[in-house]
Amino acid sequence: MRYLEDVITLEFDAAKCNGCGLCVLVCPHAVFAMAEKRAALVDRGACMECGACSKNCEPGAIQVRSGVGCAAGVLVGWLTGSEPTCDCAGNSSSCC
Amino acid sequence: MVTIRKKEPAEGCTPGVPCACNQAKVEPRTLGQISAPWSDGVLSTAVGDVPRARTELRCSDRLGTLKARSAIGRMHYSILPGLYAVGNPTAESPVVVTANYKLSFDHLRKALTGRNAWVLVLDTKGINVWCAAGKGTFGTEELVRRVQVAGLDRIVSHRKLILPQLGAPGVAAHTVRHQCGFRVVYGPVRAKDLPAFLDAGLKAEPAMRAVRFALKDRAVLIPVEVVMGAKYVLLTAAALLLFSGLNAHGYALERVRTTGIQSAALVLSAFLGGAILGPLLLPLLPGRAFSLKGAILGLLLFAVLMLSGMATTLTAHPLLHTACWALVMPTISSFTVMNFTGTSTFTSLSGVLREMRFALPLQIGAAALGLGLWVTGLFLSGGPVL
Ligand code: SF4
Ligand code: SF4
Repeated sequence: MRYLEDVITLEFDAAKCNGCGLCVLVCPHAVFAMAEKRAALVDRGACMECGACSKNCEPGAIQVRSGVGCAAGVLVGWLTGSEPTCDCAGNSSSCC
Repeated sequence: MVTIRKKEPAEGCTPGVPCACNQAKVEPRTLGQISAPWSDGVLSTAVGDVPRARTELRCSDRLGTLKARSAIGRMHYSILPGLYAVGNPTAESPVVVTANYKLSFDHLRKALTGRNAWVLVLDTKGINVWCAAGKGTFGTEELVRRVQVAGLDRIVSHRKLILPQLGAPGVAAHTVRHQCGFRVVYGPVRAKDLPAFLDAGLKAEPAMRAVRFALKDRAVLIPVEVVMGAKYVLLTAAALLLFSGLNAHGYALERVRTTGIQSAALVLSAFLGGAILGPLLLPLLPGRAFSLKGAILGLLLFAVLMLSGMATTLTAHPLLHTACWALVMPTISSFTVMNFTGTSTFTSLSGVLREMRFALPLQIGAAALGLGLWVTGLFLSGGPVL
């Protein structure tokens, strides 16, 4: 299953990458892969903007506007004029 | 009953001299934790007693899980944050970090059956790892603080913390290392893969790193979807019941029994269709936007009910009411399935924003038009009146 792809805010600057490989490890959708000791964006459209990669990239090679893809959260954000937040009412089963 | 010994003064730390990991005071453990239903006594360590968690899940644990899954008092199922032991861990045993959400903790201790390990529970306000990481409560700051509060540097000889991979959106591994000297190792997504991860020398297969959203994963989310939306839908159904008696001549109770009950049932079926069939059929429904998938589902439901005669109106204006439900049923399903983006494992914020910018005005417009047709239908209808 894939979601809307042409709106993803993920940006990657290969020049800053030190090849630590963390982005590959933390991404739940295999958006990055290692290629010749550097990270490479291999499936940008699969990104869910969770922000795990950019948070763990020490040299700051990855930028993404992270947030939860949650309609209820967006709605609450619009109604209260704040950032989209999710009350996590439905807890995802895939969490451990 | 367990007695808790007084805490010994911290070793290897000169009083008054700040050192990276010992700045925070080691909190004494409370009896409450030790008398918890899953408790299995305590383990003495250099910094005091650590409660030990049993690894097999009992009936009381499973009952709590059921309640938490159906959103009944789910906030009561949190675990007191802090350090716990599983088995008989030593200074070399791994440290596994999790959230103080009951299901996370249960999954983890079950996965650690037959092993010796330390479990560090972060205070995420009873929220699961992934959601809490998104909010930042399962985060760098809380992790560093818990490591310090537990006096972990005096309990284990290694400097490694195993975190669930889905904690990564909240934790900056390099910052944790700089602030308390512990190295973050991201483990698998699912707790049940932990044994394989530990046995492979802290390596996860690619499959252990991917989130899934299979039929089973979607199915367990249905009760929460239903419970969360139910009150709004029941209110709407009740309002339709109440107003269905209105007509050009006043108020007809007969109409409540016919049009009213039918309208309430159609609203409920559109909602339940969206909340139950939506998640189950998600990959089969056409389109990528959840609102579109939901609208198509609602239209199908409407068609089925029409053909079976259940949506053909009994007393109110047939044409207007049919048109009303052709609009309103897809709208309700569309909104319900769109809400499922919040629990799905692959939707992005940018995508949801894009989707809602076009879907929400359409949903509001269709609902308003449908309601208008419904009310007009009541007043233009023939049939029995008072
Ligand atoms: S986390 Fe950053 S530095 Fe490390 S491989 Fe990925 S892009 Fe490169
Ligand atoms: S934001 Fe999340 S899903 Fe997107 S590339 Fe980074 S880790 Fe992967």
